[in-house]
Amino acid sequence: MSRSGSPATGFERNRLLGSAAICAVVGVLSWAAWIPLAEGAGPLQETGNSQSSGVGGSTSPFWGSHGLAFDYNTLVVWSGAVALGAGGGVVGVFLLLRKQALLGDVVSHAALPGVGLAFLVLELVRAGSGKWVPGLLLGAALAGFTGIAASTLLRRGTRLKDDAVLAVVLSVYFGLGIVLLTIVQRLPGGNQAGLPHFIYGKAAALRMSDVQVISAVVTLAVLVCLLLFKELRLLAFDERFAAAQGWPVVALDLVLKVLVVAIAVVGLQGVGLLLVVAVLIVPPAAARFWTERLDRMVAISAAFGALAGLAGVAISASWPRVATGATIALCDSVLFALSMALGVERGLLRRWWHLYAARRRQDEHHLLRACYELLAGERGGVAPQELCDGVVRVDGLVRWRGWSPQKLRRLLERGQRRGWIRPDPQGWRLTPAGAAEACRHVRNHRLWELYLVKHADVAIDLADRRADDIEHVLDPELVAMLEEELETGGGLPSSPHRVATEPTSATG
Amino acid sequence: MNAENGSGKESASPLVIRDLTVAYHRKPVIWDIDYEAPAGRLIAIVGPNGAGKSTLLAACLDLVPRVSGEILVFGQPFRRQRGRVGYVPQRESVDWDFPVSALDVVAMGLYRRIGWCRPVTARYRKLALEALDRVGMAHLAHRQIRQLSGGQQQRVFLARALVQEADLYLMDEPFAGVDAATERAIVELLRNMRAAGKTVLAVHHDLQTVAEYFDDVVLLNMRLIAAGPVEQVFTIDNLRRTYGGKLALLDRVGHRMSMDVQLER
Repeated sequence: MSRSGSPATGFERNRLLGSAAICAVVGVLSWAAWIPLAEGAGPLQETGNSQSSGVGGSTSPFWGSHGLAFDYNTLVVWSGAVALGAGGGVVGVFLLLRKQALLGDVVSHAALPGVGLAFLVLELVRAGSGKWVPGLLLGAALAGFTGIAASTLLRRGTRLKDDAVLAVVLSVYFGLGIVLLTIVQRLPGGNQAGLPHFIYGKAAALRMSDVQVISAVVTLAVLVCLLLFKELRLLAFDERFAAAQGWPVVALDLVLKVLVVAIAVVGLQGVGLLLVVAVLIVPPAAARFWTERLDRMVAISAAFGALAGLAGVAISASWPRVATGATIALCDSVLFALSMALGVERGLLRRWWHLYAARRRQDEHHLLRACYELLAGERGGVAPQELCDGVVRVDGLVRWRGWSPQKLRRLLERGQRRGWIRPDPQGWRLTPAGAAEACRHVRNHRLWELYLVKHADVAIDLADRRADDIEHVLDPELVAMLEEELETGGGLPSSPHRVATEPTSATG
Repeated sequence: MNAENGSGKESASPLVIRDLTVAYHRKPVIWDIDYEAPAGRLIAIVGPNGAGKSTLLAACLDLVPRVSGEILVFGQPFRRQRGRVGYVPQRESVDWDFPVSALDVVAMGLYRRIGWCRPVTARYRKLALEALDRVGMAHLAHRQIRQLSGGQQQRVFLARALVQEADLYLMDEPFAGVDAATERAIVELLRNMRAAGKTVLAVHHDLQTVAEYFDDVVLLNMRLIAAGPVEQVFTIDNLRRTYGGKLALLDRVGHRMSMDVQLER
């Protein structure tokens, strides 16, 4: 409960953020810069064979080991996937925290008619130039923006709710895109343009030029995110306050949208428009389970995205004909599932463990209170020494709480391990430490009972049961407030109700 | 920093509202507000639900468009005086599950001073920590904000405004849903701020404590009912006029108007 924050000083945190930033940028840059060196070493892939969506099939191992074909093509695909994953992870954090997770989906779907239109325009300008990728991507980006604009206008202009707006925009653009693609397919040269790749992605057939575009875009996006880190944090946390402070929230929001469009558009080529949202949102959602700090969340999310890219390409390279984009998305999902279960900040296991530990603690408190009440009944102000002198009998404990014999035995063993009680020929005795602990819990319990009776008009017999649940969660701050409210001193008050004492308990 | 009444360089009132009318979206409407806030006083804005109390603050901060009227902060338009106005929004207005610590939130009050693209350095974190200390929260500086109680969250928001070293503070229900300890802490804080010459306008809901906590009161129900020192203005008669039912016609005309405004935009 009172787990204080990490003791990291401000300086350390700053350094951590800085180093994470540098790692991300250097990593991306080095991927981009490193490939041209290798270019001479491997054969350039023919674009014609990009029909198969899995990596592999190439026969010249560049870095062969572990039975995987680490040829030049795989390395190119790898760098593209890692860069895209890292970039999507960084930008996605702000998108997720701004509660616009599906914006990436809108952009990627809206991009499809843009690709088709761009192809048509390029063909009109000069026949045969329709395959010019930067042109197609530009079309995609522009159409992506119109998708965002359309959803914004719809939301403002009508009373439609967000989800309905998204559904409308998605389906209109996607339908338009598919129609345009079928038209393009019938045109001469349209068949080889590979436009359907934008739907499912062609990670496995990424070329050097594609990867250079991806690396450049991702590097820029990550740099912008790091430079505007605090501005975007403020925008996502409290837009109203940001506006009152004079930050241009509309412009900042636009920057974030530009970043999303950029990542989504380069992601089209990598994982395809259907799975762009996985690259943007799943890594940040997974990262959230591991940390309560934004700078770390960004770093973890980027690492998850890169890792998913790495693993996805490796897996689809070792199993030919497995779609690479989908494998990357699946790796993201696996990371998400693992994070949800194991995440140290908010993972399910951690939560269950806390629940379990809380129950155990409750039982221990009850045992100590049972010992106290069996020895001293409802009396208050009992000296711990007096408690140590008494012997608590096991049958009394059983009657006091109705514990099963097994449970009570385990509980007693635990109490002994904690040094609160020790065995005695006639039963159990409290140690001085145990007696002090018992006094504390009895006091909390009674303070709360008194409070309920005095201020909340709770009947006395009910108060006991209510206090049973509450006494365990009273931290020192709350206890201090109770003391003030009840105007009791530091002493242990007597119980407001009768306590069934153990008649046979030997005292003395 | 010394904002004494009518003396020194500061002769302008911290906040002058002239003929202010706001009708925006589905927010409560306010009509023809004329008000001049006296310097160095704690001022409560009181009125029933939907009376436009938050809208008034939002209009002062340029967060909603005005239909008409003028707002002067220390004699100048708000946008030139942003640094001198601290804002404490309603606690419910943000997602407390956000991955930031109390200290991070307080540091947000310094972002303007830090400037574009610069990180929050140790110097600013120290300032933020001092502000947290002033609201008695220094020991919780590194807690994630969801792990704080409601009162503690409110104090974090107050610290975020304090760290700005503003001269005029606009607070939206600083006492809403806080525990008794926080309430006392806030009252003490407000008194210290007054002693330092600051002016505070706070939306306040608890009529019982108005006279105890505040010097002045603004009674609002879509239009200004009365404003002035508590002992003169906070009367049964005025309260009855303030709370005597919402003015149905004003509201309806206002909403009709807000639709026109939207169409024009």
